[in-house]
Amino acid sequence: MSEPPLLELDRVSRTFTRRLDLAGRLARHLGADVRDEVVHAVDEVSLEIRPREVVGLVGESGCGKSTLGRMVAGILAPSSGTIRYRGRTLGDLPADERRRQTLAIQMIFQDPMSSLNPRKRVRDIIGEAPRVHGIVPRGEVEGYVQDLMRRVGLDPEFARRYPHQFSGGQRQRIGIARALAVRPEFLVCDEAVAALDVSIQAQVLNLFMDLRNDFDLTYLFISHDLGVVHHLADRVVIMYLGRVVESAPAEALFAAPNHPYTQGLLAEIPRIDQRRRTFAPIKGEIPSPIDPPPGCHFHPRCPHAHERCRVEIPALREIAPGRRSACHLNDRPKGPGRGAWARSMRA
Amino acid sequence: MLRVEGLRTYFFTRAGVVRAVDDVSFTLRAGEILGLVGESGSGKTVTGFSILGLVDPPGRIAGGSIRLDGLELTALDEDALRAIRGRRIAMIFQDPMMTLNPVLRVDTQMIEAIRAHQRVSDRAARERARGALARVGIPAPEARLKSYPHQLSGGMRQRVAIAIALLNHPDVIVADEPTTALDVTIQAQILHEVQTLARETGAALIWITHDLSVVAGLAERVCVMYAGRIVEEGPVDAVLDRPLHPYTRGLIGSVPSHNARGRPLAQIPGMTPSLLALPRGCAFRARCARADDACLEAPALVPRRPGHAARCFHPHLGERG
Repeated sequence: MSEPPLLELDRVSRTFTRRLDLAGRLARHLGADVRDEVVHAVDEVSLEIRPREVVGLVGESGCGKSTLGRMVAGILAPSSGTIRYRGRTLGDLPADERRRQTLAIQMIFQDPMSSLNPRKRVRDIIGEAPRVHGIVPRGEVEGYVQDLMRRVGLDPEFARRYPHQFSGGQRQRIGIARALAVRPEFLVCDEAVAALDVSIQAQVLNLFMDLRNDFDLTYLFISHDLGVVHHLADRVVIMYLGRVVESAPAEALFAAPNHPYTQGLLAEIPRIDQRRRTFAPIKGEIPSPIDPPPGCHFHPRCPHAHERCRVEIPALREIAPGRRSACHLNDRPKGPGRGAWARSMRA
Repeated sequence: MLRVEGLRTYFFTRAGVVRAVDDVSFTLRAGEILGLVGESGSGKTVTGFSILGLVDPPGRIAGGSIRLDGLELTALDEDALRAIRGRRIAMIFQDPMMTLNPVLRVDTQMIEAIRAHQRVSDRAARERARGALARVGIPAPEARLKSYPHQLSGGMRQRVAIAIALLNHPDVIVADEPTTALDVTIQAQILHEVQTLARETGAALIWITHDLSVVAGLAERVCVMYAGRIVEEGPVDAVLDRPLHPYTRGLIGSVPSHNARGRPLAQIPGMTPSLLALPRGCAFRARCARADDACLEAPALVPRRPGHAARCFHPHLGERG
């Protein structure tokens, strides 16, 4: 644990603004109370990822997990806060070092069809970046591509084919080979197995784990599927409406979730070993991120919400070594307690 | 209640005949929940569409029978089918916008659905629509009646689609992956509603899904489909705890929560064969560790335990999954 973190996020936020249209601006000019709509997609998130760690980032639609992943991968700039990789901020580096650093973090997307150029052959999709960046000499690109294809479980015979000639699982393997081609240290996987059939999903998950060992990779694995994250991750970070609500080692989190949202989420995953169970859902819907509830974002759906939750944002505080949770109940002697969720459902 | 026998639904394409559903048989009793499980291209959705007579050219039902309380559905013409669809058999789609008309208000659509099948006053129909929305757990149903589909969230739209399916108290509901596109907490809410409704109304339910975990929590019986055929059928506990067919076994092994954390997942090698070029004999042969020369012949669906059948020459007998 003494190793310095590979990646550090320090109070990183990202907002998206929808400017008023002409009619809106006119109305404002005439004194109407209308404003630009601002979405706090990611709201002051701090996070550390150590070398060779697999961090699972879990949340439902609109919680900001994809936006966070894009910022980590350098595709999207944060609105505020700093992202440090190996202790250094991307913006402070000279150009050539910055380029090397952006290559070190690669991203794998959910839908391989929309992230692969349909008019390029597989050998060009995989081989372009290492050639352009001078990672392998021009003459050796072909062999390099073939090695990569073999490594991710594709037949090098198919190097001249186009993406549409492959199945969904194979396309995802092409995406993985393309990411590996620039010899990254860190992979951001955004719902990388969500669109695949169960049997193919298992194959790709196994591939991710093999690659981790072979290339000493670090992963930020973004998923809504708690089963997948439980299987793969060393540490799990749970997000709700732009904020991290809980962060803990995977074993500890799944054994004893602290935050009421995590508790509810875990109670609701359908499991293959639970038969004809009664589903006892979290009440209500995910609020709109344009107009999130004040205080703790989860309070309108939380069975334990009290007055303080409605006004004060709970801080993400350490509740045990390596475990952090953002819930006011932890200030009480007994905390949210295990099984509190189940009790409240029965009441 | 519903008896499907030897159903064959073929698609006659330029590249050849696609046997999307090939000799599928099952029965559904009143109030029963049947899980129909399979991966992409296994024919589970086409089976559902066939029951409602919704298969469009170049596809058509090439053989077999579908009986609802003794009434042969495959012999009915389009008008007669329309009278049954929505009244006695209803469907819930993965995308609720398949059910909902984007330019009509919710109340307009619901009242239309009631009055298409029954002669009731506008007021009585509206009252029933409101009741149906309340029953699927929609808060403030009176206000929601006046909304357009785009004003509702994905979970709310799916609830409205379910409410519409329930309007005429159907005997059979075919649900095609209705929770796949939804978030975990919303999925749990919908499963909760569906569970309660099936219990209260006594409607039989066919739940089509790729997700074994959902079936485990919901269904009483399961049919597992592979390449257009049912390869295993039985009570949910038997199929999930003591699977007979190597494919079912592989599928269960692929579910992450079924595996030890951090260990490689048990995986099925290869991928689903193209329905245009199925191997001779057992379609799973090429991916199966138990396959031998016997599998060059097509196996039949044979009961191996009481109520538990598999289409395999080398089933996993006497072993736990």
